[in-house]
Amino acid sequence: MAEITYREAVIQAMSEEMRRDDAVFLIGEDVGPSGGIFKCSEGLFDEFGAARVIDAPISEAGYIGLSVGAAVTGMRPIAELMFGDFSLLTMDQIVNQAAKIRYMTGGQCRVPLTIRTTMGAGRSSAAQHSQSLHALFAHIPGLKVALPSCPRDAKGLLKTAIRDDNPVLVFEGKMMYNDKGPVPEEEYTIPFGVAEVKRAGDDCTIIAVSSMVGLALEAAQTLSREDEISVEVVDPRTLVPLDEETLVESVRKTGYALIVDEASLRYGVTGELAALVTEAAFDYLDAPVKRIGAANVPIPFSPTLEGAAIPHSETIVDAVRALRGKIRR
Amino acid sequence: MAKKVTARRAKPVAKKKVTAALPEGASKRKTKPPRAKTAARRSGKAPRAKTAAKSNGLDADMLWSMYRKMVQIRKFEEHVWDVYIRGLMPGLAHLYIGEEAVAVGACAALREDDYITSTHRGHGHCLAKGARLDRMMAEIMGKEAGYCRGKGGSMHIADMSLGNLGANGIVGGGFGVATGAALSAKMRGTDQVSLCFFGDGAANQGILLETGNMAAIWNLPVIYVCENNQYGEHTPSDKVTGSERIVDRAEAMGLAGVRVEGADVMEVYEVVAAAVSRARRGDGATFVEMMTYRFRGHHVGDAATYRTAKELKWWMENRDPINLLGERMIKHGIADRSRLERVDEQVEEEVVEAVEFARNAPLPPAEQAREDVYA
Ligand SMILES: Cc1ncc(C[n+]2csc(CCOP(=O)(O)OP(=O)(O)O)c2C)c(N)n1
Ligand SMILES: [Mg+2]
Repeated sequence: MAEITYREAVIQAMSEEMRRDDAVFLIGEDVGPSGGIFKCSEGLFDEFGAARVIDAPISEAGYIGLSVGAAVTGMRPIAELMFGDFSLLTMDQIVNQAAKIRYMTGGQCRVPLTIRTTMGAGRSSAAQHSQSLHALFAHIPGLKVALPSCPRDAKGLLKTAIRDDNPVLVFEGKMMYNDKGPVPEEEYTIPFGVAEVKRAGDDCTIIAVSSMVGLALEAAQTLSREDEISVEVVDPRTLVPLDEETLVESVRKTGYALIVDEASLRYGVTGELAALVTEAAFDYLDAPVKRIGAANVPIPFSPTLEGAAIPHSETIVDAVRALRGKIRR
Repeated sequence: MAKKVTARRAKPVAKKKVTAALPEGASKRKTKPPRAKTAARRSGKAPRAKTAAKSNGLDADMLWSMYRKMVQIRKFEEHVWDVYIRGLMPGLAHLYIGEEAVAVGACAALREDDYITSTHRGHGHCLAKGARLDRMMAEIMGKEAGYCRGKGGSMHIADMSLGNLGANGIVGGGFGVATGAALSAKMRGTDQVSLCFFGDGAANQGILLETGNMAAIWNLPVIYVCENNQYGEHTPSDKVTGSERIVDRAEAMGLAGVRVEGADVMEVYEVVAAAVSRARRGDGATFVEMMTYRFRGHHVGDAATYRTAKELKWWMENRDPINLLGERMIKHGIADRSRLERVDEQVEEEVVEAVEFARNAPLPPAEQAREDVYA
């Protein structure tokens, strides 16, 4: 295992896949010689050249549209949308075109399109550069959605996305780009629809995605130390397809479930997963399922305000204590 | 790709004075339509066929084949009308009657492995690209034997085996796919081209600027074919379009542009053929505005009360693409009336057979609703 950053993992995934398959190319704003605003394509331009690492004009809808057309005619584009917020400019291309062209044509084509974008607050980037919009896409039949929570998953899931014959959105947690973690030195991929138990435990299940996994692991340590509560942390890793079995099994084992997502709470991923585990593990639950997400406000700018809007590991600790009856909320 | 940026300006093509190419056989007395301006004009730097449609020396086989294809589309659409009125098809039907020369002339300039993207008014494009009548009619009736196994219907017919990447229910939905197919052809090192059909209404979608700009900076082999039938649904194009000539937007995007009399199938063919060879040579994209008119309402059931009977009559009398070509073929001794009629009869039979095939074809079993979502 090598210790590399989440960013390096993303770069490795792309460069390995571009070496493996000539049909793979990268298109996005500033992805070329500059290496991208998050430095996530550093070195790619030098290795693969302008023909395969394409600096697009600031035309998100346009270049996602081009990527759809390229995907149905034999290429395997990786399109980068700098901030997840900008995906909103491309909704027609992703939702009406990419997600449906195969279905509408009765299976006449494949759409091997990977859209890499970012999610998450924490940089005082305010309301238009901080959103976590993965639930919008997970809602759409025809799309797949992956949310890597560590360098190993960032690499393995992205490689799988690039090899997948369907449109996949990979949401990278922008606060994690500098985080280091162990990544296998040898070639590997991580299959979609396989959740990972990031920490085993007996007393309560936390289902978390993206950077919330790290917070949940932190919370689990605190709870173990201070409350002797043994927490199991499960990361679905892909929302579509979803490994229902692993999530449900964990909840059946512990009898308690807390679901954590960084997006606004209402109508989001936490609601969907809460419904899933409630329906499938109702008889095993010792308390109603709890959910944590961002406040239902646009992400504010000032650090005190931003901090108040998003989940923290203390929020998670408190929620588990409440679930386990340690404190009344 | 970035290296190509310097070559963004479309190569000016030799300017040649071209008189308004009025199709022969058109009424000479009254060449101005009541409302719209139709005289074929063009912007400065457009590709241009070497000869304006000189009917002498024309390839007779090609004229026959274009004539037949236009009749096929006309009759197909008439039967779609009939099928719709009789309640044999679900959904909506946007008919292409009156605009046949655009699809037929344009697709005649393409190879089978070239791409097109189509619109909600797409039956003509699909047939012109070579689709079968029976599988098209079956799709329109929602049958399993249809091109899309009944999942797309009238507005989403595609035949990817013939390069038809699909019609679109989203006005302007084809710009991205068509331009991306051109990017793909270029990256794969083929000399395929991609042709994007869209309406005057779609020309007001912002993504045209985005994709047209990318076609220009990367010199992509794409041809944007604007079918200016002068209405978007019920609204006259000039009420909602700032530039008098849509093609004038081409230059601003760095694309070559040309405006064409869209009822003249030869003119359409020659201009598109020039644009296609330009694209194949690697000289980049072209924007062609086709002046045309739909003889029916926006869709079957639309009485089209927003336009005058006089205007419609003018277009039907002076700009019926099938009549224009037929008259020209007669004039040049390529056809006589009875041979033309025989084609009409043969095609009518083929279409009737297609309708019968589609009527008798089974509906898809309900469980197929869950298939084809993911590859
Ligand atoms: C994005 C979008 N907006 C509106 C519509 C509704 N609509 C369907 S066809 C049409 C008119 C399109 O006009 P034009 O592009 O000129 O094509 P035409 O129907 O004249 O062939 C409209 C507004 C739609 N399908 N998609
Ligand atoms: Mg129109």
